[in-house]
Amino acid sequence: MEHLISLFIKAVFVENMALAFFLGMCTFLALSKKVETAIGLGIAVVVVLAITVPLNNLIYKNLLADGSLDWAGMPGVDLSFLGLLSYIGVIAAVVQILEMTLDKYMPALYNALGVFLPLITVNCAIMGASLFMVERDYNFGESIVYGVGAGIGWALAIAALAGIREKLKYSDVPAGLRGLGITFITVGLMSLGFMSFSGVQL
Amino acid sequence: MSEVRKVLFAPIMNNNPIALQILGICSALAVTSSMSVSLVMAIALTMVTAFSNFFIAIIRNHIPSSIRIIVQMIVIASLVIVVDQVLKAFAFEISKQLSVFVGLIITNCIVMGRAEAYAMKNPPGMSFIDGIGNGLGYSVMLLIVGFFRELFGAGKLFGVEIFQTVQNGGWYQPNGLMLLPPSAFFVIGLVIWALRAWKTDQVEAPEFKIAANSRVQEAH
Repeated sequence: MEHLISLFIKAVFVENMALAFFLGMCTFLALSKKVETAIGLGIAVVVVLAITVPLNNLIYKNLLADGSLDWAGMPGVDLSFLGLLSYIGVIAAVVQILEMTLDKYMPALYNALGVFLPLITVNCAIMGASLFMVERDYNFGESIVYGVGAGIGWALAIAALAGIREKLKYSDVPAGLRGLGITFITVGLMSLGFMSFSGVQL
Repeated sequence: MSEVRKVLFAPIMNNNPIALQILGICSALAVTSSMSVSLVMAIALTMVTAFSNFFIAIIRNHIPSSIRIIVQMIVIASLVIVVDQVLKAFAFEISKQLSVFVGLIITNCIVMGRAEAYAMKNPPGMSFIDGIGNGLGYSVMLLIVGFFRELFGAGKLFGVEIFQTVQNGGWYQPNGLMLLPPSAFFVIGLVIWALRAWKTDQVEAPEFKIAANSRVQEAH
């Protein structure tokens, strides 16, 4: 149990998807102008990560990894090179299914998430979490915790950045730095702040 | 001919995918702590962009528009698998350092963005050149950031010592911060500033203008 809590804290703070691994940067910078949209997107990312990482874990362990097809009477088959294709397929499919389910059963949430759901397919944070899960060889339980943690970390970072940018709009920034430039510098400073979590162990 | 040149070179300075279009930033930051890794990443991405543009342009008239994203994704993912396997076979050390970021070329917005914005509307030859051009724009940015980070962070370029560091009996005290994630943000921010100071038409309009102080005596 302690191991899982430690993994969770690590995924949220120390190895923050956005600020330590730069994943999901495109949407992170493009959609962080307003706190509301940032939180909506953050929630969508948490939900999608919490589903896709464990799902990809099951696929990897039972279908793709070396020797994992023994149960089907095919020993020694290594399909791990198909990983990338399967993960992105799973992510695209989950996002699509989620979109349809939300549209039918939770229209309020669906409207709140709006255009962000389809965008999530190409968010590197989602794909990155699945790839990290494979690289670090997490088991099923760990992959659930890691998926949720990574999502919350990313949501936290984008909400914080949106808060800063809402205030930043009123400041007098040098012409060339305006917009994208100053956002990069701000994110750099936030990333410095998050680095102070490194070394936190439970 | 000038059309080809425009498609090839415009993305490098005038319409840089990273500095202006905000595309493909994820990997640009993560792999730039050394020059050799950045170079491999840049080549890999240029290849994938060029060939995915080429193949998608070939089949562009046969893709139903409702499933085009999935089709593009599959073309790109297959190309990335090829690149990944080639790197694992011939440059294993570097592929270990790149870790998940080769796989993340799939979700790199430059590849998808160019496929969607250019290859779906243009013939294969020009799309290929557009892919190369955007790949080069990305490469230039990656190498600039990699240059500063490796030079000041480790005193090296491509692993060859340029500034002799204190540990090796030299004079240069390496700046460890440059090898850590935050410095990548600072360097890109500053590069964007430099680029926009030179090409002033890229400066973004302010969202909010500070009004001049109307009380004259307070202003003095």
